Amino acid sequence: MTNTEEIGWSRDEMARRLAVDIPDGSYVNLGIGIPELVARFVPEGRTLIYHTENGLLGMGPSPEKGAGDPELINAGKRQVTALAGAAYFHHADSFAMIRGGHIDLCVLGAMQVACNGDLANWSTGEPDAIPAVGGAMDLVAGVKSVYVITQHCTKTGEPKLVERCTYPLTGRGVINRVYTELAVIDVTPAGFEVVELCPGVEFEYVRERTGAPLRRR
Amino acid sequence: MIDKRVKGPGEAVADIPDGATVMIGGFGEAGSPVELIHALIDRGARDLTVISNNTGSGEVGLAALLKADRLAKVVCSFPRTANSTVFPDLYRRGKIELELVPQGTLAERIRAGGAGIPAFYTPAAVGTPLAEGKESRVFDGKEYLLERWLRADFALIKGQCADTHGNVVYNKTARNFGPIMAMAAKVSIVQVRSVVSPGEIDPEVVVTPGIFVDRVVEVPNPAHESELVAAGASYP
Repeated sequence: MTNTEEIGWSRDEMARRLAVDIPDGSYVNLGIGIPELVARFVPEGRTLIYHTENGLLGMGPSPEKGAGDPELINAGKRQVTALAGAAYFHHADSFAMIRGGHIDLCVLGAMQVACNGDLANWSTGEPDAIPAVGGAMDLVAGVKSVYVITQHCTKTGEPKLVERCTYPLTGRGVINRVYTELAVIDVTPAGFEVVELCPGVEFEYVRERTGAPLRRR
Repeated sequence: MIDKRVKGPGEAVADIPDGATVMIGGFGEAGSPVELIHALIDRGARDLTVISNNTGSGEVGLAALLKADRLAKVVCSFPRTANSTVFPDLYRRGKIELELVPQGTLAERIRAGGAGIPAFYTPAAVGTPLAEGKESRVFDGKEYLLERWLRADFALIKGQCADTHGNVVYNKTARNFGPIMAMAAKVSIVQVRSVVSPGEIDPEVVVTPGIFVDRVVEVPNPAHESELVAAGASYP
């Protein structure tokens, strides 16, 4: 149960695998970390519009060195660019887009995902942790599809796909699909279901590293 | 005649008293009204409640206001920054109260405050620890939480340009909380790079109409937090 990173897809390959599943013309919000990689792998011929919840639709890549504006940033507070056709707006409008069901997809990182679709990704709940939630609870409550992209297990080998989340929840029953280095897994009314295995990875190998019942499609 | 200009940041915040509730715009450094915050530190008001998305970086701006021990409470969605230990230190020592609010709920509570809507229902945070103690109700088969409006005595906001009537335009993602905070405070104070005469801003592009703005301060070359932090600056 150690170092799962040596087996399966790399982070870039995980991001590429997810990007293939995003339909042309989608409005997409990408979380911080591995989710940000997805933007690099959008298949040729598709146009996606990226939403960043601090107030921009039509977010482009990082600026050339020295060409950035400290007031043009993404939700991770890094400098970005605005593509042709972009729009700026204030926070209440930005979260109206999110809560109002106008964003097609959001891709988030996770600490734990449960087989009923519960997500925990904002706090360990430990007494000295500084709680910080940002927009995650609004995103999972309002975006049409919510995907998680994450390593299958924690650095210490604990499953992140579990029967019940033990960390404080971000939302209840909100996750549709999980992309890990081992597999693509849907959250169905009957629990976790493998949609696709990474080439060379056996179903049993994934099942042993999953903290809840796992079925094959 | 309407002329909302005041001479400088010091004059703009001179009547903010101890115990006031102050909304401070900005998401990270974008839209953070650094000069107004520093003037508020100089002013010396204590026991403030600050409503702001973050808690500042380094030891400048909002982080400097925290470090100067002027706040009793923050209402905030993300009080964690890679490069500042000011808020975590105060919080762990029990020196400050935190009301943690999901970002969209924070924005909508402020918007509601400005729009005269005392409460509303939202799906965000249902089933999470942040729902504890809140009324909930089912509409059309889905559960929602009741959230109250947020209003303030003062708002400190950074715009790009304003006219003397208080019509404001912003710069890129620095807009963030500015327009809604301007609506939700009794006294809204906006610092801008330039102040122009009425008519010089096309009414079609005004973002915050002047009715929501009480004071306009010209700060031609505002500091950026990231540059101050990189230079190792602290305030005062």
